Amino acid sequence: MELNKINEYTWEIPKTGDMKVPALIYTSAKLLESVRRDMTLMQAKNVACLRGIQRKSYVMPDAHQGYGFPIGGVAAFDMDDGVISPGGVGYDINCGVRLLRTDYTEKDIHERRTQLLAEIFREVPAGVGKGGITRLSRNVLLEVCTKGAEWAVENGYGTREDLQRTEESGRMKGADPSHLSPRAVERGTPQLGTLGAGNHFLEIQKVSEIYDEQVSRVFGIQSVGQILVMIHCGSRGLGHQVASDYIRLMENKFGIRGLPDRELINAPIRSQLGQQYYKSMSAAVNYAFANRQMIAHWVRDVFAKVMGSSEGMSQVYDVCHNVAKFEKHRIDGKDKEVCIHRKGATRSFGPGREEIPEVYRSAGQPVIIPGSMGTASYILVGTSEAEELSFGSTAHGAGRVMSRHEALRRFRGEQIKKEMESRGIELKSTSWKGVAEEASQAYKDVDEVVNVSHKAGIGKLVAKVTPVGVMKG
Amino acid sequence: MEKYKFLRHTADAKFQAFGSTLEEAFINAALATASLMWAWEKIEKKIEHRVEMSGKDHKQLLIGFLEEIIYLFDSKMFLLGSPENLRIKKKGNLYILKALFKGDSYSDKYEIHGDVKAITYNEMEIEKNAHFMVQVVVDV
Repeated sequence: MELNKINEYTWEIPKTGDMKVPALIYTSAKLLESVRRDMTLMQAKNVACLRGIQRKSYVMPDAHQGYGFPIGGVAAFDMDDGVISPGGVGYDINCGVRLLRTDYTEKDIHERRTQLLAEIFREVPAGVGKGGITRLSRNVLLEVCTKGAEWAVENGYGTREDLQRTEESGRMKGADPSHLSPRAVERGTPQLGTLGAGNHFLEIQKVSEIYDEQVSRVFGIQSVGQILVMIHCGSRGLGHQVASDYIRLMENKFGIRGLPDRELINAPIRSQLGQQYYKSMSAAVNYAFANRQMIAHWVRDVFAKVMGSSEGMSQVYDVCHNVAKFEKHRIDGKDKEVCIHRKGATRSFGPGREEIPEVYRSAGQPVIIPGSMGTASYILVGTSEAEELSFGSTAHGAGRVMSRHEALRRFRGEQIKKEMESRGIELKSTSWKGVAEEASQAYKDVDEVVNVSHKAGIGKLVAKVTPVGVMKG
Repeated sequence: MEKYKFLRHTADAKFQAFGSTLEEAFINAALATASLMWAWEKIEKKIEHRVEMSGKDHKQLLIGFLEEIIYLFDSKMFLLGSPENLRIKKKGNLYILKALFKGDSYSDKYEIHGDVKAITYNEMEIEKNAHFMVQVVVDV
């Protein structure tokens, strides 16, 4: 495919054929090699053909092939002429990351880290087929989907301060669970408060490098060796069902003629079905916020029990990296509301945006980028430039380069555990097979991904963290 | 003829399932999907679920059919061991599929080794040559 290199970290697919706008890829020469091998670029081009798309179809540094939209795809649509697409959000609605800080250092927890991990593993249900703590009634589930993390806080999980430090304050106001199918509710009911499986994880981490001391201090990250806890999970079966339901409903309503890919099915934002999808998706977003809120609470309980106190374990932030939202952006010199899709991309708003909690508003929004199993993760900060460059978005993780099947063929879970232990990292998982599938070699180099984000200016490096204990779903 | 085989895919699981009839290819696609989560060969046939769904075309029907496996697992902890009596009929503009799912409820004697989030249209193909072949990518 024809690509124009704009600078060291930006390539462009020029507008041709049915494309309404060009596509812009933030990457490096090294990362571009793997991006070229799968369908990422073709998918970015397909997105550029959708009705009402604004400015450009953007691709983040960790991109890989997805369904319809690439993973790492960002696109904004005109509210009146544009579309909303379940494929632009993904199946795991509000898959996201929450980060807790602590006052503990690596030394403080060293002797009790095995116990910490074991207790967390006991408290937080994980793996496939593991139910949540209680069987909820349908009405309670609908309340969860309406109120999100607020529901969790009202029910004793965490504090109001956590809500302030969550994207959307932990609750998408547009949620209306009455548009969820009975199946979505049935799938979501037994799974609330569970980590799930696949690439979802919970890590005890230590700060290993600080790049921007001023910003990191604002985020509550003071020193190398400080212990943090990172939680990566989403909306479980409820979100998956919402995506499947609305793909079918939109197909039946609007047909598939002219679509280059059936997963690109979409509805006009203002249409009844478009609105219903938005309200259901928002309900799933809220479910995921509540889910991470509950898990964070259990983690604090474990620290209180094992370490004697959970004081100082405030939340740094919680980001969602699979979502569609209505946001204001400056387009052609005017402030304009658009429907932005971030699929495998993290919002990275710069200083001053009102969406950022007050405590961080002068610094910029915390961006949390999890690595793969056993590798580093990163804390970045959003930039004002990003709003111009990518509608205020950056990468969301490492991004796969190898199939799970291939990873299973090449790696053994037991071997990976041994290798991680030799590097001082404890690992607990519900499945050896799952461990092998998530081998870090199956992912892009997260260091390179965040470096591109930093150099391209769409999210600046603040701190690097490395795992001490890993719980894999 | 093999029932199904897995192919390379960067992020997810991609398989082809085969059959001398479309129905048989659908059954084998169900087994391939189940194999991503549990060893279907080892599931006792103690519980039955009658399933029925419709689709505007074979692809939509296939998605609905395979989603049924995930739905029954997530909501009822049902492990599919054997899809049987599968029939596909055309009724007006719709294709109707009926089948009998035999299997068991999840318990400690079974190991769940993976998750399937959703069935997708990505690279989906349904072909008829000497045999039927259906190709599916599932989000795992």
